[in-house]
Amino acid sequence: MTLAQHLPALQVVVPLLAAPLTVLLRRRTLAFAVVLAASWIAFAISVRLWMQVESSGTISYAIGNWPPPWGIEYRVDRLSAFMLVLVSGLAAVVLPYSRASIEQEIPAHQQYLFYTVFALCLTGLLGITITGDAFNIFVFLEISSLSTYVLIALGRDRRALLAAYQYLIMGTIGATFFVIGVGLLYLMTGSLNLADIAQRLSAVEGTRPVLAALAFLTVGISLKLALFPLHQWLPNAYAYAPSAVTAFLAGSATKVAVYVLLRFYFSVFGAPQVFDKVPMQEMLLLLALAGMFAASAVAIFQTDLKRLFAYSSVAQIGYIILGLSFGTVTGLTATIVHLANHAITKGAVFMLLGCVAASLGGVGLARIQGMGKRMPLTSLGLVVCGLSLIGVPGTAGFISKWMLIQAALEQGQWWLVFLIVLSSLLAVAYVWRFVEAAYLREPSNDPNTAAEARWSMLLPAALLVAATVYFGFDTSLTLGSATHAAGELMSAPQ
Amino acid sequence: MAADELIIAALLVPAAGAALIALCDRAPNLREGVTLVSSVLLLLCVVSLLPDVLDGARPAITLFEVLPGLSIAFDVEPLGMLFALIASGLWIVNSLYSIGYMRANREHAQTRFYVCFALALAATMGVAMAGNMFTLFLFYEMLTLITYPLVTHHGTDEARRGGRVYLALLLGTSIMFLLPAIVFTWFIAGTTDFTPGGILGGKLSAAALGGLLALYMFGIGKAALMPFHRWLPAAMVAPTPVSALLHAVAVVKAGVFSVVKVIVYVFGIDTLASAGVTDWLVGVAGFTIVAASVVALNSDNLKRRLAYSTVSQLSYVVLAAAVLVPLSMVGAVLHIAAHALGKITLFFAAGAIYTAAHKTEVSQLDGIGRRMPWTMGAFAIGALSMIGLPPAAGFISKWYMLSGAMAGAHWIAVAVIAGSTLLNAGYFLPVVYRAFFRAPDAGQSAHGEAPLPMVIALTATAIGTVLLFFVPDVPLALTRQMTGK
Amino acid sequence: MTGTGLLTTLGGHFAYFITVFLMMAGLFIVIARGNLIKKLVGLSIFQTSVYLLYIAPGKLVGGTAPILSDAFSVYSNPLPHVLILTAIVVGVATLALGLALVVRIREAYGSIEEDDILQSDAAPESPSQEQ
Repeated sequence: MTLAQHLPALQVVVPLLAAPLTVLLRRRTLAFAVVLAASWIAFAISVRLWMQVESSGTISYAIGNWPPPWGIEYRVDRLSAFMLVLVSGLAAVVLPYSRASIEQEIPAHQQYLFYTVFALCLTGLLGITITGDAFNIFVFLEISSLSTYVLIALGRDRRALLAAYQYLIMGTIGATFFVIGVGLLYLMTGSLNLADIAQRLSAVEGTRPVLAALAFLTVGISLKLALFPLHQWLPNAYAYAPSAVTAFLAGSATKVAVYVLLRFYFSVFGAPQVFDKVPMQEMLLLLALAGMFAASAVAIFQTDLKRLFAYSSVAQIGYIILGLSFGTVTGLTATIVHLANHAITKGAVFMLLGCVAASLGGVGLARIQGMGKRMPLTSLGLVVCGLSLIGVPGTAGFISKWMLIQAALEQGQWWLVFLIVLSSLLAVAYVWRFVEAAYLREPSNDPNTAAEARWSMLLPAALLVAATVYFGFDTSLTLGSATHAAGELMSAPQ
Repeated sequence: MAADELIIAALLVPAAGAALIALCDRAPNLREGVTLVSSVLLLLCVVSLLPDVLDGARPAITLFEVLPGLSIAFDVEPLGMLFALIASGLWIVNSLYSIGYMRANREHAQTRFYVCFALALAATMGVAMAGNMFTLFLFYEMLTLITYPLVTHHGTDEARRGGRVYLALLLGTSIMFLLPAIVFTWFIAGTTDFTPGGILGGKLSAAALGGLLALYMFGIGKAALMPFHRWLPAAMVAPTPVSALLHAVAVVKAGVFSVVKVIVYVFGIDTLASAGVTDWLVGVAGFTIVAASVVALNSDNLKRRLAYSTVSQLSYVVLAAAVLVPLSMVGAVLHIAAHALGKITLFFAAGAIYTAAHKTEVSQLDGIGRRMPWTMGAFAIGALSMIGLPPAAGFISKWYMLSGAMAGAHWIAVAVIAGSTLLNAGYFLPVVYRAFFRAPDAGQSAHGEAPLPMVIALTATAIGTVLLFFVPDVPLALTRQMTGK
Repeated sequence: MTGTGLLTTLGGHFAYFITVFLMMAGLFIVIARGNLIKKLVGLSIFQTSVYLLYIAPGKLVGGTAPILSDAFSVYSNPLPHVLILTAIVVGVATLALGLALVVRIREAYGSIEEDDILQSDAAPESPSQEQ
């Protein structure tokens, strides 16, 4: 077999091997180089896999040549490929940034460990996305979660430790709920392979254990997803983790959790079972709306910018789940495209906030006053990303908003349309807190006359900011793929 | 240059100008030169498009698709041509005025000012030449955002507060009402392209049509229909060249332009007329005209008075368009031009008064006409145009509006137009009278005219106002094309 | 439900009752106890219940140990054991990480009671306050 045929396995193995290699190498420059190379290779692999899926359809790869459903299968369809490119792409952009960022935030002797754990986190996330085995998802989920807890705990502030601990408790409960759900499915169908479970479920559809499994899976994944009201871990985790960690997590961890939800809902259970037998639509709708409004409202009153944008993330996750709750192709397209658009936007935001922290020593609103003059490029980048969060035309966020409104109009739900746009106005409020502080207030007389961020930090961030604007105009990659992926999911033979 | 290339040029010239201005931060004279050259070049591009449009051609270009079925496209039709002409022509004058004003008042952050100005003009060109509602919305929002730094230029607490109201109302209306309206239009009609006769014919019930019209009208907050008009007086915290831009050139005109565009090219006059759903709009516009005039009567602050006058005058356009009669439509479109010239003159005069005499209230203006004859002379002409008296351009547009209203037997509209004319006289004529026929208060410091660039600018626009009265050929030809054919 | 029916249910589903009991006990400890180590203990108990959930149904009635032999035709399912071994490892890793975090928290805060920690963070003179 050629190397190309083993790409699905390599997608996970390459970052996985980078981790012990980094620990052995110890020196932080080498560690950085190894993990950077691993993430770029992983990105190249994901792009290659994507192109392969586009041209020849779903890829099925049997680990160790054990045929499914007896062996573990790696399965790459349109949605998986989309997520793989997203996650590995984000890692590929955040890693160059992280080098300068963690200089300030992590002690020198621990920096190589940062890269090690980052590689493990990447492995976990990519593994979740690519595997076609339910229990394997749990394993990778825990790999990524455990490494995430460590990454968060590396933050400068001692509250990062507590944030990591809280996330550990909540995340483990979530993962355990997930594994209970998988266990119930296994009990009822006798298989762990997702496609196989899907086939066997038709015989036991609607039975109580299966519905219980659905419930446990939903709750468990929702914890990881930070769906309101299970989002409590997110603000602290994002606020106190190192900036590079927040940038990567904000764009990947919750998105992969959404992917798992989509995979179970549509490829395993099937839309009829999920939406018709259980009032899932109403529940998801209510929780999504609650998240959108409550989180946006709380964001407006935050004085720490990282916390502000963390709550913004909870609100944006509300949008993502709102699209899911429609149960239509358009709604699903809105969900999937917002996964990408939000990941790009929030990745840029947190990278830029890291630049601010490095130059100004903190991200409190009081500290960043007058930042527009001292750090013009960083401020401009934050404004553009803020506009994307609001959903102003010309940014990626607008595309997602449009699709959401369209999905709501297709159902004739005008009240929902107005709620969606109303929450965008809340986003205006919290984004404008930053704008006013940065541009319309005089800088405090700080002897620490801050200059613009370093190029190694600014360039990756600028890349994502440019992507935010680009994907607001050329949507073929994001929206086109999302539409295909949504169509594939909805038409899964059930 | 081919016509479609000219369209792109009209967008790129101000944008490139903005970039160059930013680079010339250290060389103020060069920077000002860039602004002037950009504005002249822009006018040249726009004027080059005029012959084709007058002949009946519709230069168009589609750039690329953003969402399936929705592309960024431009299409120059007569109304857009007129708007582009006004905006680009007045940018030259406004730039001249800005140079005088900003230097005389020693304003800070001048580079940022000129950059945002140029970008605002680029956005205005985008609005004027938009070929579908989607493109128009894109540039409309861009215009809101790029004028925010201009409104909050002074950076004071007051400026911040004004900026908040400005943004809240403009973004609020466009996101809450306009965006759903556009998505719904696309959903129902399958397209958002501007088409003569509209794209909604036969697709919606009368009630739904009325509801959609309401969403559009209130969604286009820049047209300052009550109760979403407060952003206009709030924006008075800006330096006067910005107010001139807002009230004559770009923002408000983009508002009423969009209103007319939506009525004519999205709904279609016949569709609206047969559904009979514009009566409420006549009512709202009429109320705005009268209420705003009353507030203007009671405002002592000159800029505030002019702001509410603008709110009132904008609703003339909406009223005339809502009447749905061809004659009144001509009046509406002509009024876009006439009001632009008249109002910019008035604001130029207000800024000149502030710069030369440091006066902001009407009650302080006694006898100022003797010291500033050019300024107050121009003010008088602008006032005549607002009231609608010859030899100012406002007379022609009011004439058409009144004729149209009478032809359509819209007696409420007739009453509103007639009554508000009296109100206009009530708050403009006293200013002119005070300036020329009252003795100045004792103890006034001596001052002369405003700086030369400012005087040149306001004289030019005053002459333009009168010129439009005598030679309304081009605007009339464009308007006739839009309504007659 | 009759008396014997109830007993049959209880007897037949004995493992599941224990599972649920452990699950709830574990969750309760996590939520109700403020001591960080006790929370981890509760978490472990919660995870243990899941092991039971998987393994108990693996034993088939009349099934023997899963070692191939010609004498037997019904084998108990070995797969749950494999899965749970993995889950135990994950649980151990989580516990180790949690305990390591608790050690660091103790170093940073001087306490492992959640209330005390939250109070010391809320105190305004905390030196690491980010503003």
